[in-house]
Amino acid sequence: MNKLVHNELLKLFRKRRLFVIILIIAALVPLFTYAQYQEVKTTREKLGNVDWRTQLQQEIVDTQNRLSSSRMQDDWRKYLKIRLAQQQYYLDHNINPQAPGAPTFMRVFVENSIDLLLPLLVMVVAADLVSSEASGGTIKLLLTRPVKRWRILLSKYLALILSVSFIVTASAVLSYGISGVVFGYGGWGMPLLTGFSTSGEELVTNNVHLIPQWQYILMEFGLVWFVCLVVGTLTFMLSVLLRSTAAVMGIMLAALIAGAILSNMVSSWESAKYLFMVNLSLTDYISGMATPIEGMSLGFSLIVLLVWAIAGLVVSFTVFTKKDVY
Amino acid sequence: MSQSPALSVKNLRKTIGKKDIIKGISFDLYPGEVFGFLGPNGAGKTTTIRMIVGLIKPSSGTVLIGGKNIQTHFGDAMKDLGCIVENPELYPYLTGWENLEHFARMDSSIPLKRLYEVVDLVDMGNRIHDRVGTYSLGMRQRLGIAQALLGNPKLLILDEPTNGLDPAGIREMREFIRFLAEKEKLCVMVSSHLLSEIQLMCDRVAIISKGSIIRVDSVHALLAEQERVVWKAEPQEKAESLLREVTNVTRSEEFLITLYDESQIGNWNRMLVTAGVEVKEMRTKLPALEDLFLELTGGEHIE
Ligand SMILES: Nc1ncnc2c1ncn2[C@@H]1O[C@H](COP(=O)(O)OP(=O)(O)O)[C@@H](O)[C@H]1O
Ligand SMILES: [Mg+2]
Repeated sequence: MNKLVHNELLKLFRKRRLFVIILIIAALVPLFTYAQYQEVKTTREKLGNVDWRTQLQQEIVDTQNRLSSSRMQDDWRKYLKIRLAQQQYYLDHNINPQAPGAPTFMRVFVENSIDLLLPLLVMVVAADLVSSEASGGTIKLLLTRPVKRWRILLSKYLALILSVSFIVTASAVLSYGISGVVFGYGGWGMPLLTGFSTSGEELVTNNVHLIPQWQYILMEFGLVWFVCLVVGTLTFMLSVLLRSTAAVMGIMLAALIAGAILSNMVSSWESAKYLFMVNLSLTDYISGMATPIEGMSLGFSLIVLLVWAIAGLVVSFTVFTKKDVY
Repeated sequence: MSQSPALSVKNLRKTIGKKDIIKGISFDLYPGEVFGFLGPNGAGKTTTIRMIVGLIKPSSGTVLIGGKNIQTHFGDAMKDLGCIVENPELYPYLTGWENLEHFARMDSSIPLKRLYEVVDLVDMGNRIHDRVGTYSLGMRQRLGIAQALLGNPKLLILDEPTNGLDPAGIREMREFIRFLAEKEKLCVMVSSHLLSEIQLMCDRVAIISKGSIIRVDSVHALLAEQERVVWKAEPQEKAESLLREVTNVTRSEEFLITLYDESQIGNWNRMLVTAGVEVKEMRTKLPALEDLFLELTGGEHIE
């Protein structure tokens, strides 16, 4: 099996797919870095000459005042206390929350690329994994060697998993390395709020707590990896079903973009939450953004995605091992 | 033949949709022979080959390669098989050598030394390290055969191997196929839609038409039966009446056509010459595939 995976990686590598993806990320990250830099500059200008420490100090005093006022719900009080701890940490460790370091940039980068950019890049790799063999005719040689069909498909899927891991790692390394030039490389220990959930219209802050940024980033990259693998698996399935790589890409592209659009407009179409493409923004659950449809949670989305991926794999393997190859 | 067959096809059928593409065909191939699979375009040659090599599943019937059933013992059966189905398609972005390495990795019993052997065998020379995308069809055909020979197969199946090659390439291919059968003791199955080609390189031939085999025979026997002699003689009437006394004659414009009978042909010629007929031209002629079909099927036309 190692040798088969070796073959698949060799082909991927020689088709320069991964190389192109690295180039795309390496070209986009400086662009986003510049955008972020401009934003930081504008906020700073708005604040005028006020030192950020003074500003933060002021905020802390505000929060303390609000906490001391008697009539306040318990969970809100708890939330404010956590906020207070966070602000105090920033002040004590001399961290300007308005001036991000490279880890913060990384975090913002994955949060914004999880539902479209990274899945698209994964799609580029997965789309022709099988269909190119069919359209190029090489499948006839692959399938007439003394190797069972399921082993051949499995080797391709393992190559896909490795590629997904590579793409996610590369985007982490590149976004950290490049943005650090501008923002500096520090800020791993910065505490961030997490544990939000929604109930009806309300943001539930009961479970909100602080975790260091490195842990937060690790969680988010784990989720990105999972999302990419699911999108990769579904693309892989289409690649088995269709001979034309262009058709595979077209369908997947349409699905992903439809997902991005639907996420903004399906709040009253409840069953849309079972579509894989409206469940891709897993990182929103961590940062506490509102969900597109009521009743969605991290667990729910993970299960929906998992079910889609398993179904995709079952279809891929059944069709590939049985189908007539012309 | 007493040997066990290298390939045994039994009652193979394929139905696609409602259409019967292959209607139950059977034949056996033996080591050391070149077996022709002759039929017009659309007869079902490629479909049959795809079933033999396991690319498509037969609707019914069995295929045994070296006695091993490809349905139940796929891996073992495939070890004895090398094939090119339709065009020799390899990875254009890899070099010839990398392509061979790629396919060698799929069978752990292939040692590195075998790669050098097959490259030598097909005489690829230095071009083996160029990208396949830069190869001519002839080069790709050779690389395809090198690939097919990697696993030391006992059975080599080539689907229309001379299609698209120039005359020199066709000749080379023919000699190479004969070499593989005679020196390497391979069993080679070659499909073609040209009778002349089958005649030049095959020992036995199966003729397929509309999904059925209408004849399996040695090429020699088939030709002996089907080959004709074309005569051009002056005066034609006298020649015709003389020949009619010894054999069947048909007239076609200025030519007379008789059966080809190796033992008699000299006598017939002498007879004409002694009777004062001037024989201006005398040559053997193969019937066109269409005529052959007409005769073998008794008037059924090829679509
Ligand atoms: N996938 C398919 N679906 C339907 N009919 C097919 C398919 N493949 C081949 N055929 C039909 O089967 C017949 C035999 O085709 P083929 O085996 O390619 O012939 P050959 O190789 O002898 O030229 C043709 O009539 C062709 O139209
Ligand atoms: Mg054909």
